[in-house]
Amino acid sequence: MFSETPLLSLLIWLPILGGAAVLFIGDKKADLSRWTSLVIALVVFALSIPLYTGFDSSTALMQFQENRSWISSFNVNYHLGIDGFALPLILLTTFITVIVVIAAWEVIQTKPSQYLAAFLIMEGLMIGVFSALDAFLFYVFWEAMLIPMFIIIGIWGGKNRIYATVKFFLYTFLGSVLMLIAFIYMYNKEGGSFSIADLHALQLSSKEQFWIFIAFFAAFAVKIPMWPVHTWLPDAHVEAPTGGSVVLAAVMLKLGGYGFIRFSLPITPDASASLAGFVIVLSLVAVVYIGLVALVQTDMKKLIAYSSIAHMGFVTLGLFIPFYIVVNGVALGQGSGLAIEGAMVQMISHGLISGAMFLCVGVLYDRMHSRDISAYGGVINKMPWFGAFAVLFAMANAGLPGTSGFVGELMVILASFKANFWIAFLAATTLLLGAAYTLWMVKRVYFGEVANENVEKLQDLNRREFFMLSILAVGVILLGVYPNPLVDVMHASTNALVEHLLNGKL
Amino acid sequence: MTGAEFLSYVNIAGAEITLALSILFISVVDMFFGERFKNFTYRASMLALVLVFVWLFMYGKTDGSLAFKEMFISDNLAIILKQAMCLMSFLAIFYSRDYLKARNLFKSEYYLLTLYATLGMMVMISGYNMLSLYLGLEMLSLSVYGMVAFNRDSAVAAESAMKYFVLGAIASGTLLYGMSMVYGMTGELGLKEIAVSVSQQGTDNLPLLFALAFLIAGVAFKLGAVPFHMWIPDVYEGAPAPVTLFIGTAPKLAAFALTFRVLVDGMGSFQVQWEMLLAILAVLSMVIGNVVAIAQDNIRRMLAYSTISHVGFILLGFVAGTTIGYEAALFYTLTYVVMASGAFGLVVLLSREHDTDKLSSFKGLNQRSPWLAFLMLCLMFGMAGVPPFVGFSAKLAVISAVMQDGYLWLGLIAVLFSVVGVFYYLRVVWFMYFDAPEDAVGESDAYQSSTLENRIANIALDHKIVISVNALAILFFGLLPGLIWSLSKIA
Repeated sequence: MFSETPLLSLLIWLPILGGAAVLFIGDKKADLSRWTSLVIALVVFALSIPLYTGFDSSTALMQFQENRSWISSFNVNYHLGIDGFALPLILLTTFITVIVVIAAWEVIQTKPSQYLAAFLIMEGLMIGVFSALDAFLFYVFWEAMLIPMFIIIGIWGGKNRIYATVKFFLYTFLGSVLMLIAFIYMYNKEGGSFSIADLHALQLSSKEQFWIFIAFFAAFAVKIPMWPVHTWLPDAHVEAPTGGSVVLAAVMLKLGGYGFIRFSLPITPDASASLAGFVIVLSLVAVVYIGLVALVQTDMKKLIAYSSIAHMGFVTLGLFIPFYIVVNGVALGQGSGLAIEGAMVQMISHGLISGAMFLCVGVLYDRMHSRDISAYGGVINKMPWFGAFAVLFAMANAGLPGTSGFVGELMVILASFKANFWIAFLAATTLLLGAAYTLWMVKRVYFGEVANENVEKLQDLNRREFFMLSILAVGVILLGVYPNPLVDVMHASTNALVEHLLNGKL
Repeated sequence: MTGAEFLSYVNIAGAEITLALSILFISVVDMFFGERFKNFTYRASMLALVLVFVWLFMYGKTDGSLAFKEMFISDNLAIILKQAMCLMSFLAIFYSRDYLKARNLFKSEYYLLTLYATLGMMVMISGYNMLSLYLGLEMLSLSVYGMVAFNRDSAVAAESAMKYFVLGAIASGTLLYGMSMVYGMTGELGLKEIAVSVSQQGTDNLPLLFALAFLIAGVAFKLGAVPFHMWIPDVYEGAPAPVTLFIGTAPKLAAFALTFRVLVDGMGSFQVQWEMLLAILAVLSMVIGNVVAIAQDNIRRMLAYSTISHVGFILLGFVAGTTIGYEAALFYTLTYVVMASGAFGLVVLLSREHDTDKLSSFKGLNQRSPWLAFLMLCLMFGMAGVPPFVGFSAKLAVISAVMQDGYLWLGLIAVLFSVVGVFYYLRVVWFMYFDAPEDAVGESDAYQSSTLENRIANIALDHKIVISVNALAILFFGLLPGLIWSLSKIA
C-alpha cells in the first residue's frame, strides 16, 4: 500500500506547506501556530515511521522511488528515493524537528510563528536533500536550506548574530557553488543527465576525478565541517538560538557526511582512494587538535561546537579509512563496511547527543541567560532531575559504553586497527580527550558547591523540558545497548558501496 | 507598394502600428480633455500596452517574415521580447502612479514618453537593418533622456540626465561609426546582406575588425557592461524611482535584441573575435559589478551595480556562441527583468517623500510588514541566484552553456563572483529581518511623516497585489523553470 503513496513527497512538502500555513496564522495567534506546528511535526514524524517498517533491508536498491519529469528541456527529474544511508538520517530529521518545536514552546516569544515556520520549512528541505536522486534537485534543496537557517540565526540569535549568520551563509555557499560546477561539468560530459545513478556510473579519468573530488570536498568539508574550514561552526553555534543549534548540530552537519557517502565516494572512487590519506590526516587533526581546543573553552556552547567538530572528524575518518584497510594487497578489505557503518552510527548518535546537549545548555540559558561555564557551579543541587539528564548526555558524548556515543566510535576505531595501529591510536585519544573536556565541564557546571545566588534560585525542569530530554535519553541508551535495528538497514547499502569502490572507475 | 503588400506589412508590424496609433490618439485626447480627466492618460497608456500584448499574442508572426524592404523582421525572438516588453512597460507605468502623484509629477507627458520609448524598443527588437535598429535605439534614448529629467526641480535628476545624454550620445555615435564602417566595407545595411558580404571578406579584414570593436562598444554601453557602465549608477540614483524601474527593465530586453541582431545575425562570421571581446566584458562586469555593489549604501546604486553584474551573465550566454547559449542568455534576460521590476517596484512603492533610498530605509521591514519583507527576500535571493528561486536556474543555464563550449574558467569566475554578490543581497535581507526599524528614533517632523509604517500604509491595494504576483513569480518559476525556458527557444 505504501509503495503507491508518494510518502517521500509527503514528507518533504507537508512541512513546507505547513510552515507556510503557520506563517499565515501569524504571531497574533501564537498559541495556535505553536499547536499547528507541533501537530505538523508529529504527523511528519508518524509518516516517516512507515519508511522504516516498509524498508527492505536486503537490497541496496533505492526504495520508495518517485520519478517525474521536472524540467524536461534540461532533462531534470523530480526523482526521489532512499537507501540504507538516507533512511536513518530522515528519521533523525523528523524526530529532531519534533523536539525543536517542543523546545521552542514558551521560550521563543519574539515572532514565534516565523520561528516555527522556518524550522518546519527547513525540515522539508533537509528531507529533500536526503531523498533526492537527481543532482539538480539535490542542489536546490541543499542551497534552499541555507535561507531558513540564515534567518533563524539572524533573528533569534545572540549578540554577534549577524556576523555569525553571514559567515555561515557565505562559507557554505562558497563551498556549494564549486560542487555546482562539478555537477554541470559531469552533466555536460554525461550528455545531459543529472541523475545520481548516471553520475555513479559515469567514467571519469583520474585527473577529472581529482578536480571533481576537490569541488565536492569544498562543499562537504565545509558543511560537516572539517579542520581547517570549521571556523564558521563555533560562531554559528554560539550565536544561534537553542533550536537553531540543535538542528545545525543534529542534522545539518550530517548533510556533509551524507554528501561524502552519496557523491564523493561513489562518483570519484579513485580520487577518493588516492586522497584518502589527506582526508584521514585532516580528520585526525580534528579529533586531536580540536579536542584540545574544546578543553580550554569557557563558553558551554562553544565547547559543544568544538566537540561536534571532533566527532565529525570520526565520521570522515570512518568514511575514508577503508582505503587503508589492505588485505592480500587489495584495499577495502574486511572491515571496510564496519568503518562506513561506524561513521553512519556516529552521525546518528551524535545527532541525538549533541542535540540533547544543546538543549541542556538552552535549559540553563533560559534561566540564567549565561553560557559561561564560570557562571555556574553546583547546579545539580538545585536541579537534580536536570543534572541527571545532563550527566547522562555528557557521558554519552564522552563515549561511555552503553550509550550510543560508544558504538560508533568503537566501530571506527576497530576498523582503523586493521588499517594502521597509529591511526587507530590517535583516533582512540578521542575517548580520553572527549572524556576530559566533557567531564571537566560537567564537574564545573553541575557538581561542587552552589556557586552563587543565581544558581541558588534555579528551578528544576518543567514537564515540557522533562519530556523532551527523556525521549532523547531513551534514544541514546537504546541505540547504545541495541544498535542492530540501525545497523541492519545499512548493511546492503554499505556492501554495495564497498563493492562499487573496489571496482573503481579507471 | 501594392495593396496586398501593404496589408501583409500591417500584419507583420501590426503591434508597432497599434502602439503608434494609440500614442497619437492619446496625445490628441489628452490635449483637449487632459485637464478634466486626470487619470485618462495613465489608464489609456496601460490599455494600449494591453492591446499590443493581446495583438502580439493572437496575430504575432513567429516565422521570420520580413517587411518594409527587409528592414523589419517578425520572428519568435521578436514576439517573445515584445510581449515581455509590454509587460515591463505596463508595470513601470502601473507602479509609478502613486509615486508621481505624491510628488506632483503625475503628468501625461510621462506616460507618453514611456510609450514612445516602448515603441522605439519594439522597432529595435524587430530591426533587421542597421538603419531601423538605429532608429529604434534613438527613439528609445531620446524618450528616456526626457524621462530621467522629468522632475524639473531636482538638480540631481537634471545632472544625471545630462550625464546620460552626453554619454549616450557618444555611445550612439560610436555605434553609428561602427555601422558606417560596416557599410563602407560591405555596401549593405541589411543584416542578411551584411552577413553574406562579411563572411566573404574573411576575418582578417582590419576595417571590419575596427567596425566590430565600435559596434560592441556601442552595444555594451546600451547594455551597461563594464567598462561602458559609468552612466548606470548615476542615472539609476538620480532619476525618479519609477524611471529607474523602467530603465532597469525594458531596455535590457531591447539591448539583448540589439546584441543578438548585430553580432549574431550580422557579424556571425566574426564569432571567434567577438566571443573574446564579450568574454572580457562579461568578466569585468561580473567582477566590478559585484565587488563595487558591496560598497553602496543606496539601494538604487546597489541595484545599479547588481544590474551590471547581471549584464555580465547575459553576455556570458553570448560568449558560449551556441544556440543553447543564446537561449540561456534570453532566459537570463527574461528572468532578470522580472526580478528587477519587482525589486525596483518595491523601492518605488516604499520610497520616501524626499527620497534618498538609503539601504537602511529597509531596516526592520519584517517587523512592520512581514509580507513585503518576504517579497523582498524572494527578490533578493532570486537575484543572488539561490535556489529555489528562478535566478538560480537562469544562472545555471548560462554557466552550463559556457562550460559546454569549453570555457570552464568562465564558469568558475561566474560562480565565485556570484558568491561575492550574495553578500550585498544578504545585507538587504539582514536589514529587513535582523535590524530594528530606524524610525523608532525620533527625528524631525517631516521625517516622521515618512516613517516606514506610513510608507507601508500608503501602498494601494492594487499595487500590493501586483507586486506580490511579481515577486512570487520568482518563486513560482523557480519551482517550474521549464515554463520560461521553453519560451526562450529562439530557433
